[in-house]
Amino acid sequence: MIATLPLTFLLPLAGTLILAFFGARLGARGSAGVGVSSVALAALATALLAHAYLAAPEAQTLTLWRWIAVGDFQPTIGLRLDGLSLTLLGVITGVGLLIHWFAAWYMHGEEGVTRFYAYMNLFVASMVLLVLGDNLLLLFLGWEGVGLCSYLLIGHYYRTAANVRAAFKAFLVTRIGDAFLAIGLFLLFRELGTLDIAELLRRAPERWAAGDPGVELAALLLLGGALGKSAQLPLHTWLADAMAGPTPVSALIHAATMVTAGVYLVARLHGVFLLAPGVLWLTGAIGALTLLAAGCAALAQTDIKRVLAYSTMSQIGYMFLALGVAGFEAAIFHLMTHAFFKALLFLAAGSVIVSCHHEQDLRRLGGLWRRLPLAYAGFLVGGAALAALPLVTAGFYSKDAILWQAFAAGHGELLLAGLLGSLLTALYTLRLIVGIFHGAAGSDGARRAESGKGLAHGLPLVSLMLLSTVLGAWIEPPLAGVLPAPQHGPAGWHLALEVLAGSVALLGIALGAWLFLYRRAWLAERVAQGRGARLWRLWHHGWGFDAAYEGLLVRPYRGLVSGLRGDAIDALGQRPARLAGWLHGALSRTQGGKLRFYAVSMVIGATLILLVMVAAA
Amino acid sequence: MALIWLILIPFLGGLACWLGERWGEGVPRWIALGSMLLVLLITLGLWWQGDYQWPAGAEADAVPWALEWRAPWIPRLGIAVHLALDGLSLVLVALSALLGVLAVLCSWHEIRRRVGFFHLNLLWILVGVVGVFLAVDLFLFFAFWEMMLVPMYFLIALWGHSSATGFSRIGAATKFFLYTQASGLLMLVAILGLVFAHRAATGELTFSYMALRETPLSGEVAMWLMLGFFLAFAVKLPVVPFHGWLPDAHAQAPTAGSVDLAGILLKTGAYGLLRFVLPLFPEASQAIAPLAMGLGLVGIVYGALLACGQQDIKRFIAYTSISHMGFVLIGIYAGTELALQGVVLLLVAHAFSTSALFILSGQLHERLHTRNLGEMGGLWGRLGSLPGFMLCFIVASLGMPGTLNFVGEFLILFGSFPVAPWTVAIASAGLVLAAIYSLLLMQRVHYGPPRGEARLAALDGREYAMLLGLLALVLGLGLYPQPLLDTAGPAMQEIPRLFDEVAMPSSTAVPPGES
Repeated sequence: MIATLPLTFLLPLAGTLILAFFGARLGARGSAGVGVSSVALAALATALLAHAYLAAPEAQTLTLWRWIAVGDFQPTIGLRLDGLSLTLLGVITGVGLLIHWFAAWYMHGEEGVTRFYAYMNLFVASMVLLVLGDNLLLLFLGWEGVGLCSYLLIGHYYRTAANVRAAFKAFLVTRIGDAFLAIGLFLLFRELGTLDIAELLRRAPERWAAGDPGVELAALLLLGGALGKSAQLPLHTWLADAMAGPTPVSALIHAATMVTAGVYLVARLHGVFLLAPGVLWLTGAIGALTLLAAGCAALAQTDIKRVLAYSTMSQIGYMFLALGVAGFEAAIFHLMTHAFFKALLFLAAGSVIVSCHHEQDLRRLGGLWRRLPLAYAGFLVGGAALAALPLVTAGFYSKDAILWQAFAAGHGELLLAGLLGSLLTALYTLRLIVGIFHGAAGSDGARRAESGKGLAHGLPLVSLMLLSTVLGAWIEPPLAGVLPAPQHGPAGWHLALEVLAGSVALLGIALGAWLFLYRRAWLAERVAQGRGARLWRLWHHGWGFDAAYEGLLVRPYRGLVSGLRGDAIDALGQRPARLAGWLHGALSRTQGGKLRFYAVSMVIGATLILLVMVAAA
Repeated sequence: MALIWLILIPFLGGLACWLGERWGEGVPRWIALGSMLLVLLITLGLWWQGDYQWPAGAEADAVPWALEWRAPWIPRLGIAVHLALDGLSLVLVALSALLGVLAVLCSWHEIRRRVGFFHLNLLWILVGVVGVFLAVDLFLFFAFWEMMLVPMYFLIALWGHSSATGFSRIGAATKFFLYTQASGLLMLVAILGLVFAHRAATGELTFSYMALRETPLSGEVAMWLMLGFFLAFAVKLPVVPFHGWLPDAHAQAPTAGSVDLAGILLKTGAYGLLRFVLPLFPEASQAIAPLAMGLGLVGIVYGALLACGQQDIKRFIAYTSISHMGFVLIGIYAGTELALQGVVLLLVAHAFSTSALFILSGQLHERLHTRNLGEMGGLWGRLGSLPGFMLCFIVASLGMPGTLNFVGEFLILFGSFPVAPWTVAIASAGLVLAAIYSLLLMQRVHYGPPRGEARLAALDGREYAMLLGLLALVLGLGLYPQPLLDTAGPAMQEIPRLFDEVAMPSSTAVPPGES
């Protein structure tokens, strides 16, 4: 059975190659066919693997070949199938398939469909390698590969300079994180002499005692990589701009899979992080901060995709919070349910955007619930899951697991942040749904909205809707044995916490409904002037991080580049040449061909020589 | 015997090209292509047959050449035509031959004037370079070292472009010549110094590399002689304060010249450091290692910053080369086996990806008649598959995993980290800088608003094949670099051993007076 494992990335890779070499002959329809079917086959292979694995859950490794062999440095192209990678594999190929399929509807009639599917397939292949790699170098290959595909897909509409800039920013900011991750790899290899993950986790406790500065440093560097990829503070600035890509890209890469790679990394290397309590605490604190900061920012966005982007940061903040309290299973569980409902929200948003003739400004939408019933249903179900509506949604169970782990680990401050985040989540979700579907339409595009039709549009939405309800929460990731068992807090308190979390969510929903349905005018007045306007601006610009980075990093860099443009060192090297040139000019002037000048200089020269001779004698 | 043919074939081929011009323009092209292919085939044959492992049980000091060829030249002065081949030189000779083939192919339509003489120069560059990689007699080595310059000078001066801004092609050629010539002179002095020091110690006058390796040298003398060699190779690599010739030479050279410069000539600098500076002067090299690594860092950052500010696409790529060579310098002076293996891989990878980028800029130039980045933009949809290839090679040059560039760069960093953690940490910032300049290049050329809608000529079969071949090599070796590692490996194990020998006495207690 394990032999089918390589198919999960080889099939999408084959899709990319076919599209790259024969895409022009296939045309748009053919390209979409190749793009979707390659992922469908990969999903099928995953289903077979999952079937076999669940029958006999035992981690297996398949080494394809030895990548590099120099002395002790022996990384392989080796794949590892265990509960964790299987869970991620299911999300990537399963949700990936639905999104690829939906994209066939979304991209219909757009330019560059072949290119789109080639990159999307390459993305799936890289992401699969990221989660299957049994050593950190192969993981790094997938890690960089998904970053590249993200760059290419954000810049899909390459003729607009702003899109290209957004793509560049996304690659660059995550690459800063990657540089930390790379240094972390160098450090781990120097200290432990291996990059094989299983071996690494075995050797780490032998090499380091808990809290050793060496392991704290290593964990910190790894965390740097995770923060960049998962858009957490302070490396989060790229994700909101990344929405420049086509919406299926945002759904797949910037919601369901790639941005959660950081969570996967920390969970995969949990053994290192558990040895570094300081960094583990930092992980949770960053998660909590991000979830609050991004939640506030989401409240003040006018572009529906940017609302969802900030919401994604906020939800990944929950996952980091869970990692920080050593609730690894809860983090992965939330990763999975979030993939379902956030992909649903993005696809529903894509449906709205295309239906309204590429209108995605909240202020110009509205009143669409009759015209776009399926998208409305998608937003309701996805939004309910996002806001963790008690009992019936998947999001409730996963978020509850996270809060429970925070409570069980005794991190009151993180629990409080999580509860506060629930309130914010409910508020911005309501604002989003009300803004799109209720009230009056604000533009012609919205008034002339036509609902999407066809299987490629409907089926992915309906499937994700089902997965976002409690049905999705019944899928239990087979993580036992791979990740440390969840903590058991004081008995009896779990129910109390569930009630508390549920009430907070309900309170948020009620508050949001009241505010955005009945007190709209009052709200608009509040944010139009004074303190409200200042707060709006601050949140609208995501707490001003972009401006700060622009001033602190981008402008100095540009200044440096333009200052050095002329190559000062080379100019220094030109000095002798300049001097020689000047001497040449000066001396050749003495050879002007004027007889008088020669005569005079001969007389002067002779006199000087005579004087010297006389003086010497 | 095969070794001398590696030099004679391009030499005679060059003459044949020159003479063959009278029968038509195509004749020199085919002769040149044939000779380059023949050299490539011979090297690959040697690779196939040869055994580049250390012979088991050999003396630790003996240099195990896989092949040797020797003929007397000036016996009175201890000078011989002595060629030898080990894994390192084999890899580099094969690389040179392959790029030689590409250099002929990429000038197929570009060069229209004095075709015969052009190909003579192209082939004679190969003569010089292969000679440099094979010579193990220092006098012979120096002769080949100087021989590389002249045909390159003509290539730039006669077939180069003159740009409106900056240098003329003659100026660039002269600058190239002076930089290399001046530093070469220092090397000659150092060679003579070493030979006389050897005679003073043993009474034997010889230029043989193997004999000179055993020369006992006092610390100070070794340092001065080492610096003479180091400067010559540093100019060629180039190391940052000595890089001034490279951007001008690249910008003004024809495409084939740039391919040869980036792919082959720069490699002679790294080869010189690996073959001569470190083995001949291990102590002195060890002593300047921190300085050299520092220069490497400066090169990484400086090259990356300068690249971002360029308007001329070829100058842009030239500065990225400087940045990449910074990694090479760090790897060489880290001196661990892992880092040195990485150096060899990065040399090969850089040759492939940078040559491909120069070929691509030549192809862009043929279609747009400009090298100015300001006049490009939005070309993605207008050029068929060219932008896709450019994307692949740019991604390779930023060190994306899966390409050979990644393996080279990361082996260097992994290997240098235990020796110099801070240097590596700062060099890792170079990964970010590489991303900046690489993507900047891509988007300035191919993304953004297009300047016209007309489609430009797509790649023809010859151009497509060249790029596809290079891409296959970059990706194939990136996922399975073992053939290169196994071939160059034994040669690369020697330097860490020498470095260890130097480090040993200082780590154990040294009796006073001995150190």
